Amino acid sequence: MQNGAKIEYDYSVAKAFTFATILFGIIGMVIGVVLAFQLAFPELNYLAGEYGTFSRLRPLHTNGVAFGFTLSGIFATWYYVGQRVLKVSLKESPFLMGVAKLHFALYFITILLAVVTLFMGITTSKEYAELEWPLDLLVVVWWVLWGVSIFGLIGIRRERTLYISVWYYIASFLAVAMLYLFNNMAVPTALVSGYGSILHSVSMYAGTNDALVQWWYGHNAVGFVFTVPIIAMIYYFLPKESAQNVYSYKLSILAFWGLLFVYLWAGGHHLIYSTVPDWMQTMGSVMSIVLILPSWGSAINMLLTMKGEWNQLQTNPLIKFMILASTFYMLSTIEGPIQSIKSVNAIAHFTDWIPGHVHDGVLGWVVFMIMAALFHMAPRMYGREIYSKSLMETQFWLQTTAIVLYFTSMWIAGITQGMMWRAYDEYGSLVYSFIDTVTVLQPYYTIRAVGGLLYLIGFFMFAYNMYKTATAGRVLDKEPVNASPMAA
Amino acid sequence: MFHWLEQRPFFFAVAVFLTVAFAGIIEVIPDFAKQSKPIVGTKPYSILELTGRHVYIKDSCNACHSQLIRPFKSETDRYGMYSLSGEYAYDRPFLWGSKRTGPDLWRVGNYRTTDWHENHMWDPKSVVPGSIMPAYKHHFTNIADVDTAYAEAYTVKAVFNTPYDQPDMPKLGTYEEAKAMALEEAKVIAAGMKNQDVKDAVARGEIPEIVALIAYLNSLK
Repeated sequence: MQNGAKIEYDYSVAKAFTFATILFGIIGMVIGVVLAFQLAFPELNYLAGEYGTFSRLRPLHTNGVAFGFTLSGIFATWYYVGQRVLKVSLKESPFLMGVAKLHFALYFITILLAVVTLFMGITTSKEYAELEWPLDLLVVVWWVLWGVSIFGLIGIRRERTLYISVWYYIASFLAVAMLYLFNNMAVPTALVSGYGSILHSVSMYAGTNDALVQWWYGHNAVGFVFTVPIIAMIYYFLPKESAQNVYSYKLSILAFWGLLFVYLWAGGHHLIYSTVPDWMQTMGSVMSIVLILPSWGSAINMLLTMKGEWNQLQTNPLIKFMILASTFYMLSTIEGPIQSIKSVNAIAHFTDWIPGHVHDGVLGWVVFMIMAALFHMAPRMYGREIYSKSLMETQFWLQTTAIVLYFTSMWIAGITQGMMWRAYDEYGSLVYSFIDTVTVLQPYYTIRAVGGLLYLIGFFMFAYNMYKTATAGRVLDKEPVNASPMAA
Repeated sequence: MFHWLEQRPFFFAVAVFLTVAFAGIIEVIPDFAKQSKPIVGTKPYSILELTGRHVYIKDSCNACHSQLIRPFKSETDRYGMYSLSGEYAYDRPFLWGSKRTGPDLWRVGNYRTTDWHENHMWDPKSVVPGSIMPAYKHHFTNIADVDTAYAEAYTVKAVFNTPYDQPDMPKLGTYEEAKAMALEEAKVIAAGMKNQDVKDAVARGEIPEIVALIAYLNSLK
């Protein structure tokens, strides 16, 4: 192919991952809504015998949305963005094409196996690392395949300088590889002893050390799955959709390297007042505060990219999705550090404020950004106009309302419970028995469940809109450059 | 420098990796030698207790119950002595949890009995009115997997030198010996229970999940 000639990008793998994003999004969020209703109405625990209790379903929800939905979204956007910012098509390398397809196939099989094994109660119990060792090995294989795809495409690129999004994809790949390998180190017991389940393994680390490694992993899995690759997306899709240049290159550099350096330290904030050494807890607390700088650096860089162009918020719902995502990123990254301050953590830890925090981050930032990215990709991948702008508007307001219901109810629930646990009467006795601090939460659990349900309905609207775009949208005669075309 | 890096993917990736790995090297690694030492009196779990721990993990009890008592008066009044690092020396994996939808369980063996657990797991509301915990009736019929618990104990003894079979420590022995000991322990638990199906199963030489789980919960002190 001659330089300057139009490159024919290949979207087959991006499309496959787009499908997986929507499928696993639905599965993960449906289970999430069931869980939310179970807390408000415990009778719902008995819908599917031992397979339907809150405790059995909870790892399915977290794994489904984190490793099913979010990872699919990350891979979908990588196989779209990667080609475009590196100015090279997957078609040009049959090898990389094969790697990409194998990556998808193995990934899809792993997630399906994860669903089955978690339903059966086969779990290591370590949060976001619940999968047992044979599945861990599968994960390693397709993670390496993703790495081959990233560095392979980079190897044959035409654009010499790596665009900001590529920095973030590389960081995500390397950091998760390191974290995942170390945290999942385990010895398969049947191989050593010759007895028992072949699927069972025992952690290489014990007690406090295990906790330390787990939260070094757990916190940074959040960082490098829910933050870093999502920033990769917004750095590509917001400037592209709005036809604006990124506001500041220097701010991009500061935010990127700052985030990488600081993020890993902050894992200690999950272990405040635990038995890990004090200096580590303090370090986790301090670095969490410092983390505000690079987090807000990226978010502000995105908001300022829209400087003088705020009218686009009125005309283009996709811009609205991304600006809201950026705003929720700011909210979430100020809330997290607040919860990491020792005295606040003493109240917040173990309460519903924590899932509240997680969800304003993921519902407002991660899911909104991924949906916006897929909406932007759809007209380019399918050569069709987005099916319905009004549906997108409705979805936006429905889901925004849903998030507000979700996090406000969880804030109140968490602080209420945290305060009740520590309440003493005038004689120095605890005022409340534990069950008092549970029953008081029922109204908040109900509001949260309703919020979750509204959000899920919005996600179905998204799925429907994407499906109709791919099958029934008006066919475009040429690829749109910036703002995505959409029918009223 | 940054612009130079951005045109050289290899060095860029190395720089990213070092920046990311730095915190782990400083923070995580030095801690290992110090924190894994058990305090006096801490013992590894017996095979039946370990079997129960697997039931606890299988049903993700840790999704709603913590096993970490923080050093506040409101916690020590409620749950007992705050947690010490060495007490967790044989916990693989740790089960601190991250959410207290239900109460902490790290010292539940001090203030709950076999009888209480039996009633509670069958119908939580019968002992805690207003409880939102589901009943776990399948623990009364599912047979626990003692073999895998033996495999784990054997593995930690062989690989991590967990002190089974040492003076004043739980005995592991051979597979047959371990199974027999687990059954003996199970008989003691079952004798304190009233569910006839459970008693019958133990009499037949089978150990229902509930028996192992109660043995584990009773061991948390």
